[in-house]
Amino acid sequence: MVAEIGHFSLWLALAVAVCQVLLPGVGFHKDDERLRAVAVPAAQAQLLLALISFGALTWVFWVSDFSVRVVAENSHTLKPALYKITGVWANHEGSMLLWVTILALAGWAVATFGRSLNERLRTRVLSVQALIGIGFYVFLLVASNPFERLLPAPGEGNGLNPLLQDPGLAFHPPMLYLGYVGLSVTFSFAVAALLENQVNPEWARRMRPWVLAAWAALTGGLALGSWWAYYELGWGGWWFWDPVENAALMPWLAATALLHSTLVLEKRDALRNWTVLLAVLAFSLSMLGTFIVRSGLLTSVHSFAVDPERGIFILVLLALYIGGALTLYAWRAGTVEAGATFAATSREGSLVINNLLLAAILGTVFLGTLYPMALEAVAGEKISVGAPYFNATFRPLMVPVAALMAVGPFLPWRKAAGGRRVARRLALPALLALLSALTVYAFADTRGAWALLGVGLAVWLAASIFADIARQVRLGHGGPRLVWGRLIRQPRAMFGMWLAHLGVAVSIFGATASGAWESEVMTTVEPGQPVSVGPYTFTLDSIMPVAGPNYTAIEGRFDVRKDDNLVVSVRPQSRTYTEPPMETTEAGIAPLWAGDIYAVLGKPDGQGRWQVRLHWKPFMPWVWYGAALMMLGGAVSMLDRRRSRVALMQPHQLAAEAAEQKLPLAAE
Amino acid sequence: MSLGRKLLVGLPVLVLLALVAVFFLRLDRGGQPMIPPSALIGKPAPQFDLAGYDAEHPGLSDADLRQGGVTLVNVFASWCAPCIAELPQLKALAEQHGVTIHAIAWKDKPEAMAQVFAEYGNPFRRIGLDNNGRAAIAWGISGVPETFVVRGDGTVVYRHLGDIRPEHIPALLETIKKAQQQ
Repeated sequence: MVAEIGHFSLWLALAVAVCQVLLPGVGFHKDDERLRAVAVPAAQAQLLLALISFGALTWVFWVSDFSVRVVAENSHTLKPALYKITGVWANHEGSMLLWVTILALAGWAVATFGRSLNERLRTRVLSVQALIGIGFYVFLLVASNPFERLLPAPGEGNGLNPLLQDPGLAFHPPMLYLGYVGLSVTFSFAVAALLENQVNPEWARRMRPWVLAAWAALTGGLALGSWWAYYELGWGGWWFWDPVENAALMPWLAATALLHSTLVLEKRDALRNWTVLLAVLAFSLSMLGTFIVRSGLLTSVHSFAVDPERGIFILVLLALYIGGALTLYAWRAGTVEAGATFAATSREGSLVINNLLLAAILGTVFLGTLYPMALEAVAGEKISVGAPYFNATFRPLMVPVAALMAVGPFLPWRKAAGGRRVARRLALPALLALLSALTVYAFADTRGAWALLGVGLAVWLAASIFADIARQVRLGHGGPRLVWGRLIRQPRAMFGMWLAHLGVAVSIFGATASGAWESEVMTTVEPGQPVSVGPYTFTLDSIMPVAGPNYTAIEGRFDVRKDDNLVVSVRPQSRTYTEPPMETTEAGIAPLWAGDIYAVLGKPDGQGRWQVRLHWKPFMPWVWYGAALMMLGGAVSMLDRRRSRVALMQPHQLAAEAAEQKLPLAAE
Repeated sequence: MSLGRKLLVGLPVLVLLALVAVFFLRLDRGGQPMIPPSALIGKPAPQFDLAGYDAEHPGLSDADLRQGGVTLVNVFASWCAPCIAELPQLKALAEQHGVTIHAIAWKDKPEAMAQVFAEYGNPFRRIGLDNNGRAAIAWGISGVPETFVVRGDGTVVYRHLGDIRPEHIPALLETIKKAQQQ
């Protein structure tokens, strides 16, 4: 019965979405405001119905109702309660239901919080949002019905893939989807603006919080995904350039570019066409990501629910939505007035270069991910691109991006920068960066150019942020109370930028350091035999069997010592799940401030010895601390209230104020 | 709008069209997932030696695949639904077309297998019990079921991923016929 309620709600949600498109459509045609006003309550009703449907599926998973096919195929009575719930989206049908639920949530949020939006624009946004919804509701109901019954119902379910039974992966999809689907709002904003001919600073200002929210969620989703791969797959790495990872990275790159280009449009009324195109592309890449993962076009360790027929369905949706939006763009782009002009070495100039570089990175990732597939479709040849290609293209492009991030905030809007003044401000960060690279060269074992460059860039970026803060609060002018007062009066968007950019510096440092100074030992040991790895000594203290709720495992305890003092103990496991039968590796990880102790237990060799893989990964967690800072920066920036005042000023006022440096126009 | 600019704003649509065409081509080819072809193709079957299921279905080793006739090696598990779904197709291959089919039972229990065979029949000549999954690793399988066509001299010539459906039978018979002539 509960399943039928969920199924019925889904049909109702589809009906409401159709009304949300049609009635306002007629309203636009007849210029009837009452008909257009239907969009708001419709979006709210859609969320309610989607939530009922999602709740119903959660319920049947919770009570292990195996007469529902997806439950029988993906759950098991012995499964821990947490994974009964997360099992709802750990399969194709449920994850698509999560997708439309978040889509409905996004529509509801626009309807509820978008009151300050121009009425026509908001209605257009909601209609486009509902139009996207229709496609995905139909896809669910026709090709992936999560409420399909199974008769006769089996007595026990198949279980959930043990690799997915993990807190990291349990919360990775909802976070990722918040980002993916959050970008639908910017897509709708772009289409609405093209339809209404309202690509202008006001539009950019209204869209920006949505971009920030989606970007922050996507950052979190990517971080959770790489963290999961790091500790659950037990191969010791954290990023593999796997097609599924790239599928999530591409919309993130587009959203990052969009974040910066909306700023230019908002502050300076430039980059109109480009911003609209990026807003369309970001969500298009989200849909492309969904399609790639679900169609079976690519295989990877993460892909599941492979089904070519569903692939065709999503492909048609993809072609209609993206094709429609891009055609509209091609048709209307000519009518969008060119924006303001600016000097190349201004703030806008630096943001344009940032956008070009991000677009180039996006292009290389896109090519590396899709070229092998295209080659196979056209020439029947199978090739694998893999990490070497991405390392060779991604890193050289990341260097100027990071270097420019440090310079950009010091450049004035519109006019060319006074080169000497900027150079003076950046002299100290440059000196620090050089010193740290030299220190690394002198004292660390690794002298690879990338390691030196990575450390230098991270220090350069971090130091420049502090130099920027010092400049904004006019450090040295007035006492500490005065300086503190100036600091807390900075716009939140400013803090957002500092936090996010600092996050990038921290992540770059973590990625560089962990890669350059990692110590790894693969060997066989017997209990009591010490192995030294980097500055630490690992001793296998004991091996014992342990039983989990739905697995049994062999657990090894390693005592890790430094100079004979016990630092920490780690307990890697080798698990055997029974339903379905599968062996997994649980790495034993102890995160220390300076890095991760990482141990993997392998197989016994039959003579009382065990295969082990032991790592010391200096500064590894900094990669994720950095991601957390970026998310925090996005959230803080989103809550900025002062933006409206700045944006409502006329350009000549802005220029005048900026010239006098009264207003922190350097914000963001 | 100048012609160059027109082309520029239209470029995204063109890229999308090309992409959709490529995807469609790819999906249209039966949608076999893009797993690289097995490294085993054209090479001798890996060494393995598995205990048997019962007296009628003795164990399986690589020597059994070098007896001069073409054989199918089906990686099977009674807990895997697609494996059960393909049993009728395997039975038809064995009974109507005289194909010899051996099984590698992956991490399975004989009692559970007996139940499945009692209900759906047993098309296998030999059944090797791969309790620790070593043989499956040696064969490089990515999941159950998978089926390999092995020539009379023990050379692996074809790998089928996933369950064998009725529509796959003609192509599979063709592959077997070719393997017999080689």
